[in-house]
Amino acid sequence: MQRFINDPDLVVEDTVKGFVKAHSDIVRLAENPRVVVAREAPFAGKVGVVTGGGSGHEPAFIGYTGRNMLDAVAVGELFSSPTAKSFHDAIREANGGKGVVVLYGNYAGDNMNVKMATKLAAKDGIEVATVVANDDVCSAPIEEREKRRGVAGEIFMWKIGGAKAATGASLEEVRAAAQKAIDNCRSIGVGLGPCTLPAVGHPNFKIEPGTMEVGIGHHGEPGVRVETLKTAEEVARDMVKIVLDDHDLPEGTEVAVLVSGLGATPLNELYILNDTIESEISARGLKIRKTWIGNYFTSLEMVGATLTVMALDDDLKTLLDVETRCTIIL
Amino acid sequence: MSETATRVLARMFERMSEVIETEKDHLSELDGAIGDGDHGITMSIGFKAVNAALSTLDLDTASPSDVLSTAASGFLNAVGASTGPLYATGFRRAAQALADRDQLDLAACRDMLGAISEGIRDRGKAQRGDKTMLDVWLPAAEAATAGVASNLSKPDFWKAVENAAENGAAATATMIATKGRAARLRERSLGHADPGAVSAAALIKAIAGASCTQAE
Repeated sequence: MQRFINDPDLVVEDTVKGFVKAHSDIVRLAENPRVVVAREAPFAGKVGVVTGGGSGHEPAFIGYTGRNMLDAVAVGELFSSPTAKSFHDAIREANGGKGVVVLYGNYAGDNMNVKMATKLAAKDGIEVATVVANDDVCSAPIEEREKRRGVAGEIFMWKIGGAKAATGASLEEVRAAAQKAIDNCRSIGVGLGPCTLPAVGHPNFKIEPGTMEVGIGHHGEPGVRVETLKTAEEVARDMVKIVLDDHDLPEGTEVAVLVSGLGATPLNELYILNDTIESEISARGLKIRKTWIGNYFTSLEMVGATLTVMALDDDLKTLLDVETRCTIIL
Repeated sequence: MSETATRVLARMFERMSEVIETEKDHLSELDGAIGDGDHGITMSIGFKAVNAALSTLDLDTASPSDVLSTAASGFLNAVGASTGPLYATGFRRAAQALADRDQLDLAACRDMLGAISEGIRDRGKAQRGDKTMLDVWLPAAEAATAGVASNLSKPDFWKAVENAAENGAAATATMIATKGRAARLRERSLGHADPGAVSAAALIKAIAGASCTQAE
């Protein structure tokens, strides 16, 4: 493996150590080394905002820790939910006395660990609300939306939830804002090449050269179809179609767009995709308020990209404009 | 001198950790086919943590129930994923089931297996046939219940439990996953044994082995 690692079993630990060293002006490590906390958190009188998830998706999840974003993040093993203890410790670190909202993705492990952590936090007298992200269109049909996975739309959910909490809103108001954000998000991933967990040593799924997996998940979960690799223009058109066909948006709706690489796709290719993504979204009569392009939510060294579109209303626009101070510019 | 139930249980967890270390690469390989290839590593971390937690317990004064609740906390604090909450809940439930027992006779073993499988089922909300570890724990617990009811000898009791577990693990290869990460593969999961089921059968074999070598 051509990788910068020391010990395959210490990948997460070493990642977090290097991250905290680089960003000590923004974050700190909790007593539990699997919990990253915004430097000044908890904020008295503010609803705490927490997430957590498996590692390997950097800059998610830890990179979104900071002012007006996430107060604390539970860190899991590569592609594996954090422990209930880490979620519980993150909730405690974020607790400013006004309750804590946990905004996380819809995966079996995360669901169970957050549930157990919520119970533990209740024993500490901390009120916890949760929002579960399910923006990945290809992971289940729309009528079974509760089965869909959470992917890059989580970033918008954190952004909106974090901004709402910063206004001094109540726990229920923050939960509702984050819920609206994720309800308004749709995402799709296209994979061109697999990724390898260093401790395993070989790719954990296959994508034959010359093909692509449309609808791939953030851990290589199979998509809706495997087909011959097409031009960027055709791929982008397909991505926009899948996302917007799932989301019946009236003409004139303003949207926020996030195009993220999955780890090993060069940025220039994301711009090539966006050239068509922008035209296609505009051709449907939607107005793009802002586009983010970069490696915002990755899957180790997977080759591929995701597209997330969030429909905006006035509330969401205001919250989207709130300035954040985390390691990622949003 | 007979070995106390507390010590037998502690030894069971040592055996479980040993068998997981032996099977670690195989389990990750199975997981690579339908999951993300880390099941062996996850289980290894979990049972090492269990034994680290148990090493702080005074086995002369601890009850059998203490061993199981310490194992539950050790596992939960070390393992995330789905496996962490599932086994932690199973062991915690077993601790409750053995609360008033100081003997690890076959009836107690039956209760322990039953409690572990119920805990896993309640936490994960899976059913039999969903291609999960429950396809091993439930039939093993049923075999234990039947074994006690028909007064099987200790070796026959454990043979029956092990067989049920092994058959359950093998049967998962014919099932379509509906829970957890493999569920996304749907029919593509056919033909692959579920790694969580295979590790469960290995754990049950370790439990049986520790029980059968119990010094009387």
